[in-house]
Amino acid sequence: MGLTNRPERRVVEYDPRSQEGWVATRLDFLVNWGRANSLWPMPFGTACCAIEFMATAASRFDLARFGMERMSFSPRQADVLICAGRVPFKLAPVIRRIWQQMAQPKWAISMGACASSGGMFDNYAVVQGIDTIIPVDVYVPGCPPRPEGLMYGIMMLQEKVKRERMNDSALRNEMEPDPRSQLYIPAPTINELSEPFGNSVHQTRSGL
Amino acid sequence: MTAPFEIHHPGSADRNAPAPVSPRQVPHRGGAENPSAAQIKAKFGAAVRRIDVVWGETTVVVAPETVLDVIRWLHDDPSQQYDYLSDVTGVEFRDLEQPVEVVWHLRSLPHRRFLRVKVQLTKNRPLEVPSVWSIYKAADWMERECYDMFGIRFVGHPDLRRILMWEQYREGFPLRKDFPLRGRFSRAEQLRQALAANPEARYSLEELSIADAFEDLPTDMRQRLRGGERTGE
Amino acid sequence: MATQKRTVDVALATTGVDAQGRPQRVPLVTADDGSSVAVEAPPAVEPELAEEHMLINIGPQHPATHGVLRLVLELDGETVVRCIPHVGYLHCGFEKIGEYRQYNQIVPWTDREDYLNSIGNNCAFALGAERLFGVDITPRCTVLRVIAMELSRIISHLVWLGTTCIDIGAFTPFLWSFQRREQVYDLLESWVGARLTTSATRVGGMAADIPDGWIDGLRSFVRSFPSTIDEVDRMLTKNAIWVGRTVGLGVMTPEEAVNYGLSGPMVRASGVAYDVRKDFPYLDYETYDFDVPVGTNGDVYDRYLVRMEEMRQSVRILEQAANRLPDGPVNVDDPRLILPPKSKATSEMESMIHHFKLVMEGPRPPIGEAYVAIESPKGEKGYYMVSDGTSKPVRWRIRPPSFVNLSAISKMVEGHLLSDVIAINASIDIVMGEIDR
Repeated sequence: MGLTNRPERRVVEYDPRSQEGWVATRLDFLVNWGRANSLWPMPFGTACCAIEFMATAASRFDLARFGMERMSFSPRQADVLICAGRVPFKLAPVIRRIWQQMAQPKWAISMGACASSGGMFDNYAVVQGIDTIIPVDVYVPGCPPRPEGLMYGIMMLQEKVKRERMNDSALRNEMEPDPRSQLYIPAPTINELSEPFGNSVHQTRSGL
Repeated sequence: MTAPFEIHHPGSADRNAPAPVSPRQVPHRGGAENPSAAQIKAKFGAAVRRIDVVWGETTVVVAPETVLDVIRWLHDDPSQQYDYLSDVTGVEFRDLEQPVEVVWHLRSLPHRRFLRVKVQLTKNRPLEVPSVWSIYKAADWMERECYDMFGIRFVGHPDLRRILMWEQYREGFPLRKDFPLRGRFSRAEQLRQALAANPEARYSLEELSIADAFEDLPTDMRQRLRGGERTGE
Repeated sequence: MATQKRTVDVALATTGVDAQGRPQRVPLVTADDGSSVAVEAPPAVEPELAEEHMLINIGPQHPATHGVLRLVLELDGETVVRCIPHVGYLHCGFEKIGEYRQYNQIVPWTDREDYLNSIGNNCAFALGAERLFGVDITPRCTVLRVIAMELSRIISHLVWLGTTCIDIGAFTPFLWSFQRREQVYDLLESWVGARLTTSATRVGGMAADIPDGWIDGLRSFVRSFPSTIDEVDRMLTKNAIWVGRTVGLGVMTPEEAVNYGLSGPMVRASGVAYDVRKDFPYLDYETYDFDVPVGTNGDVYDRYLVRMEEMRQSVRILEQAANRLPDGPVNVDDPRLILPPKSKATSEMESMIHHFKLVMEGPRPPIGEAYVAIESPKGEKGYYMVSDGTSKPVRWRIRPPSFVNLSAISKMVEGHLLSDVIAINASIDIVMGEIDR
């Protein structure tokens, strides 16, 4: 299945020179295994990707085998925010608020081209990638991504979760936005991330 | 529970009209004119600036002062019965000298007719046009959208405020031709203004529901709430 | 259907038109004796207790709002006194960006606005653009587009069914309907390569012709699909919970429905038999034998019955279309519209120039304007395009049926309970992509 060979099941590696003891590494393994296999998604579904997300949760591409069939529409009880669909500027404060309401540990999957980069909507109304608003862990390209694609993205997130370590104290830090501007990455970075692909070097204000 | 409704059949006004067929080989100009156009001309005379038949659809261009009377007559008159408002929208041309057009798409379900009524607003004056909300409730949101996108004020609309963009949107009216595709501000600035719509840092149900909703409530509700009406806290 | 309780009068001539040439209508009956099911009206609000009203906010992120819709409700206890809907949370500037794209480049945008009716929107836009160009499509393309639009109607109604059942509390039909949708997705994928966002049409034809054996796949789907409608029917139509939660809710009288500009199953459930396929036909719909279900109570239950029956009628149309699909080219033979085959484009000078012009500049229609409306699963979907002779439209307007249908929600929920708001919202069958564009 898929274009490339599936990566072999690697035993997660622990550095023998680190100071982690046997108990800490076993605990890491257990905690990460528990988290990865029961991620409760918060479907922030806006547009077409939400329909493909629903199709992924339905019978043919069942998400229940990943432990994700319990959709949590309340952010307080959710683990992973799956932003499925385009996010216009009017919706930006809503997704920021929802991300802030989610309790740690939390991850975010940006599903689809529009959530990852603005997609085909390079205009006045659409946020050019939700990573300008919230920190994203996995980007799933596609317009919309096939259910298999979304599942591959979810599996990538599971691998990421399994590589976490308890002694990494910075892992669960909440990114705080600048209190005046509410941006959490600097403005020039946002402008650079939102640049149109192709010939334009600057933000040309009209035309293709 | 009331009695079941009587079924209304479109085309019922004209039992002898032929059954409708899919259009084929529609001419660019000079097709069959909607009989309502000539009747409008007969009734309103000089107010009708032009009648066109383009791709089989009849367009009547009227003077802005008389458009409300024309549309009301089309709705009320038993020989016209244009009871269905399909669309209200605006058009601005790339040639900036041309006037902005406001277009109404009307359907007569009993007669199975379609008519386009247009008004041309020159840009040297504020863009204003009477609202047809008093005739068709369907115009409510459509006129709000037209205002939001073009800046055309619909005089007589009960609650004309932005509908697709947020109310404090400051970049302008998006569908105007002098509004650039990617907006006037930089992306960071657009994001900053969008995120400023929720100034509260703390979350609580009462704050969120009332304070958030406050700006978007209709004027009379805002006045009632300001006047101290309790909202069940 | 095993029970005889629900009768549908199907005494029609074969062309779906009566002896005077008027299209026939099918009244839906909700009980065996022809009367509607009686339900008590919601209790009137006690005036002396109603002192304080509560303002609550549903959405924009909410599982039951069918997208990013925000409803601000003023409640008196549990009863809704006033509802203010806020839309625009999915406004993505479709109409603005249409002014910067050639006509064939706009087709992918039509997929994404009403994403449940993607291929139907593609066909609608192509019809509008072809009217603007003054082009008549080939007979094969006409029938293929009818097939596409009816398949699209079925999958849109299936999403409506699944999500409405979840909102009201029944989870299983969601899985059944999405399983059926997967079968249609397989068909669409083998035709145009994509499941959801198909971009299947071009001005003057289709992106691709159907592959061999596709019609057999369609026929097998059409044969097996009615069993799902029957199953859901058996489960819900006479179910006391379903009837109790949907009858008498959100009533719109016929005059109100027409005045509010409602269309599609919303207006037909209220007793106005307006269907664009019958009244302002396109794609030779007048030659197909199908009925239009019309309700008589204008409530949520009637809208449910209308949509269920519409799915059956779509199956009828698909059978007829599959039988009458003619051979022949699927694109018109106009080099100014249709790309030449690559073999010619690389060997003949004229074809190469046509190819270059079509790709770099795009086909250019004459100066004019056209409004073409189709019957989408949500209602009257129209595309209004104004051309100034260049390859990009001056104005591309989408007449969104869900936008106009949703504007009536404030009227429909007044006086109902909070849980009824969810049921009424589900019955409108909104798609936020289309509402906000």
